[in-house]
Amino acid sequence: MAELLRTHPLEAWSTAFADLPGTVAVTAEPFVATVDVRLGTVDAAVSAALGVGLPTAPNTWVPAGSGRAVWLGPDEWLLTSTDETPEELEARVRSAVLPFGGSATDVSAQRIGLRLTGARVRDVLATGCSIDLHPRVFGRGSSAQTTLGQAGVVLLGLSDTGDDVAVLVRSSFAGYLADWLLDAALEFTHDS
Amino acid sequence: MQLIACPWCGPREEVEFSYGGQAHVPYPDAPGELSDEEWAHYVFFRDNPKGRFAERWNHSAGCRRWFNAIRDTATYRFERVYRLDDARPVTS
Repeated sequence: MAELLRTHPLEAWSTAFADLPGTVAVTAEPFVATVDVRLGTVDAAVSAALGVGLPTAPNTWVPAGSGRAVWLGPDEWLLTSTDETPEELEARVRSAVLPFGGSATDVSAQRIGLRLTGARVRDVLATGCSIDLHPRVFGRGSSAQTTLGQAGVVLLGLSDTGDDVAVLVRSSFAGYLADWLLDAALEFTHDS
Repeated sequence: MQLIACPWCGPREEVEFSYGGQAHVPYPDAPGELSDEEWAHYVFFRDNPKGRFAERWNHSAGCRRWFNAIRDTATYRFERVYRLDDARPVTS
């Protein structure tokens, strides 16, 4: 029986991404362990057990060890880790939130990340997204769940200068979004 | 495009939301004692006013939370949004 190799959903787009200029650079981020956390109330005891204070302000994210903790709803968060396997992360987070009535589910296969960097990133995103991404309101630590083109995405602001954004998209929409991004970036590829 | 103010996420485009029908329709206190006609009224019968209407909305492309809104059905203007655990606001 043939061995099934792990393939990134955007493997086939890597050459197209590499051809983009630095003003609208797109890179597919490697797989990360991701856990969806549901929890009623966040207090100091939960933060101590988890090792990270879950953000309670809507549309924000905070660094959590090697990964991130993203606000998804008043009782829902996304926790990622780059130095744990999905099984390890799920077990650790579950045992931390279970005494507080919370739950943790491994959703590592649900989303993949795209990193968008460069001076024209906001212009590219603005062609298919109504969120105000000006660094004055969308700096480092901001997040937004919205639509980009026709795909539902989570946008994470990674810099205070508006030139570094992570886009989390469902794996099955990744190909569509990659095509959409290349098309949206086309008009900004010849102006430098 | 019309903006709807999600109680959690703030103003977002209308396409991010889905409609949930009339708000404040209480589940029957004693469902076992309802006649078929009373069940039909609970399940199917809704108000259809011209003017202010309390409705349920879901921010389906964003935080995926349900909330209530007072909307004018004649002008489409959202007069108030409020969370499910808030009492229905008094509008004149």
